[in-house]
Amino acid sequence: MFKWVENLHRRGAENAELRRISQKAFKRFFSAVLCVLCASAVETSYAQTPKYQNIGRAATPQEIKAWDIDVRPDFKGLPKGQGSVQQGEVVWEAQCASCHGHFGESSEVFTPIAGGTTPEDMKTGRVKSLLLGANQPQRTTVMKLSTLSTLWDYINRAMPWNAPKSLSVDEVYASTAYILHLSNVLPADFVLSDSNIRQVQARLPNRGGMTTAHSLWPGKDLGGSIKPDVQGSSCMNNCAVQTAVLSSLPEHARDAHGNLAEQSRALGASRGLETLEPKALKTAQNSQNSASNMPLAQSVRSQQAPENIADGVPTLAQIKPVLDKNACLVCHGMSTPLVGPSLKDIAGRYKTHGDALNLISGKIKQGGQGVWGAIPMPAQALSLDEAAQVAKWLIGGMPP
Amino acid sequence: MRNRFIQRAPENFLSAEQINQIKAGRRGFLASAFSVAAAAAASVTQAQAAGDPNILNLPAHTKGLGQPVASRPYGLPSAFEKNLQRRESPGLTRVGAASVSFAPLQSLFGIITPSGLHFERHHQGWWDIDPSKHRLMVNGSDDSLIKRPMVFDMDEIMRLPSVSRMCFIECGANTAMEWNNTAVPTVQYTHGMLSCSEFTGLPLITLLEMCGADLKRGKFILAEGADGSGMTRTIPVSLIQSGEVLVAYGQNGEMLRPENGYPLRLIVPGIQGVSWIKYLRRIEVGDKPYAAKDETLHYIDLLPDGTHRQYSGIQEVKSVITSPSGGQVVLQKGFHSITGLAWSGRGKVKRVDVSIDAGRNWKTARLEGPVLAKCLTRFNTDLVWDGKPVILQSRAVDDTGHIQPTVQALRAVRGGRSIYHNNAIQSWLLGESGEVKNVQVG
Repeated sequence: MFKWVENLHRRGAENAELRRISQKAFKRFFSAVLCVLCASAVETSYAQTPKYQNIGRAATPQEIKAWDIDVRPDFKGLPKGQGSVQQGEVVWEAQCASCHGHFGESSEVFTPIAGGTTPEDMKTGRVKSLLLGANQPQRTTVMKLSTLSTLWDYINRAMPWNAPKSLSVDEVYASTAYILHLSNVLPADFVLSDSNIRQVQARLPNRGGMTTAHSLWPGKDLGGSIKPDVQGSSCMNNCAVQTAVLSSLPEHARDAHGNLAEQSRALGASRGLETLEPKALKTAQNSQNSASNMPLAQSVRSQQAPENIADGVPTLAQIKPVLDKNACLVCHGMSTPLVGPSLKDIAGRYKTHGDALNLISGKIKQGGQGVWGAIPMPAQALSLDEAAQVAKWLIGGMPP
Repeated sequence: MRNRFIQRAPENFLSAEQINQIKAGRRGFLASAFSVAAAAAASVTQAQAAGDPNILNLPAHTKGLGQPVASRPYGLPSAFEKNLQRRESPGLTRVGAASVSFAPLQSLFGIITPSGLHFERHHQGWWDIDPSKHRLMVNGSDDSLIKRPMVFDMDEIMRLPSVSRMCFIECGANTAMEWNNTAVPTVQYTHGMLSCSEFTGLPLITLLEMCGADLKRGKFILAEGADGSGMTRTIPVSLIQSGEVLVAYGQNGEMLRPENGYPLRLIVPGIQGVSWIKYLRRIEVGDKPYAAKDETLHYIDLLPDGTHRQYSGIQEVKSVITSPSGGQVVLQKGFHSITGLAWSGRGKVKRVDVSIDAGRNWKTARLEGPVLAKCLTRFNTDLVWDGKPVILQSRAVDDTGHIQPTVQALRAVRGGRSIYHNNAIQSWLLGESGEVKNVQVG
């Protein structure tokens, strides 16, 4: 505003009359500013009254009860209730086992719940299998669990995954108890309740496994430090560094993320890398590559090309016995991905592939990993001809 | 003149269509035209000598009538930009509703992520929530911590004075796949759980003051989402008191996208994305941290001694070169602008150094600006590439003096199993063929 007045003033200097007007304007403006300042001073003195009137309302006790469901490590917020290990097993089998496995070992979709802890860990409060060099393939939930409230709270707010907040309070107690039973923390006849949950907390294998002595939480409220634990180098010239390439992606994983040429803008200084195999080279590669360097499915393809395939695309009715016998549909939905990709997706991906029939039948027979995800598909005990029939049906548009 | 080009690249790495495009394009044409002119070859056609057919033959868009206004009431990117998509990394996650999609950093400019390309992380699927039915409750873990537990609807939240700020959001697990070795090919997958937007909302402190929160005793806030996962995270009150934590409804000038928490999400600048609770329904003032699932079972950093770091939230100083970057093919020798992004959850980016010899020598890059605290900062520097292999690295320094470390330095302290908070220097090997590879050196 002052800037605007100054500009007006400067321009006015070229014209005496305009200057007089502008000076008047400036005076008028200045007194107006003073008035505004007075007004805001008055307002400040009434600061105790709510500034934002008519915004928000008091929450009713029922509303708070409906939403305030969190349970803290000191069990503040934990509703009264109880559940036995036995009841937990019933809940588990009905609601949890399909994803988390009958023994908490989990399907490949979710990480294991139970396992990796010992009675010794329960004494020490530290899980030994978390140590470097422990022969523990995966961290389970109970290996990490330091506060029992976390497990209770999470089951209560978010489980089952596709129907969260549908369990009763007692069912949450029961399933919590069952998980701890699967982890050998609780005996089979235990009844977990709000009155004994603190004693159970004191048995958690990893109750002493957390630290807040780090600099990744702002401030010192949790006893951490301000100084970062790892500082880089400020060297600018002739720095003493090793420059050997220690790690890069293997050539056979070139297309693990699809065709990179289609993932970068086709304009500017660079293009995305073409990572799909050139079709024309396929046969030559198969005969040249040594089997040990090839992905499994590819090596199968080159070693035993199926020859006795009847002409024509089979129908679903014809190949259904093969799908059923080998439980294909347990992991592959027709059009929905389950543990593995959907059959429709598989068909879509490979149907234009130059060697689709051999590729798919090879993969069915030998299994595979890494194309659709990390979950391996195990080798299947079906004949090459059966595998080829399924492949043919997929490539042929999956006729009913 | 044709040896100006790297001959091996097109045949091996580009599709036939792309090769034709490039050959037909201006650079290829000029190269051959100049060569022809210099040699005064007789075989050159009249059309080539006259100039670029893209100039000489007026195209349809120059000689016809274009589309009317509002033929696409909500605008879309050009059809030629279809390669820019957020993508999942195959094998990283098992089901789409508990997965992540990565932003295509390799093809983005400046510092703002287009809302439709913002990275996604959902723990139990995303929703498009009716904003007229959305409520935000503010209460206390007990009555002594808050004078007036209150409920606000969206109309009320949007009536309050708004603030806007640009800041980055990075998942704590960004670059998690690269702790021990290279695992993914492009910057989209190594660093794409990173986005940056202008967010609009109001400081959370305003609501807490309206409710009469006791922030001397109430050192911790629980933020909770309205979706099935009921995401909860503990937020430090110190950040809220500084005014930087926002209750936001706006993103890049429009409402939040559903995938990003429509109609309301928490903005916690500098802190990992999991704390930016989407579909925010409740704020609780507490005197103790909450040990929610995603601060006790996940988003904890395993150390070599078997302990886990809990409540590890800050995204430390980090940078990455986005162009040229892994999975790309550099088309020509000569001048290139190396460009990338730098950021720090502790403050402003003070400096970015770039090395083309795997970290032996460094040159300070230009910061394009604006340079804002807890926001992405774009940097660039010049490269005149002679066609020999180079290993590109960038190294950021923030205004607290924290310098981005090597992955070896990180592993020496934290081991290779901590999953989260990998802010290591990234290396890209630009090979003779023009192909850029993700590598780790040491």
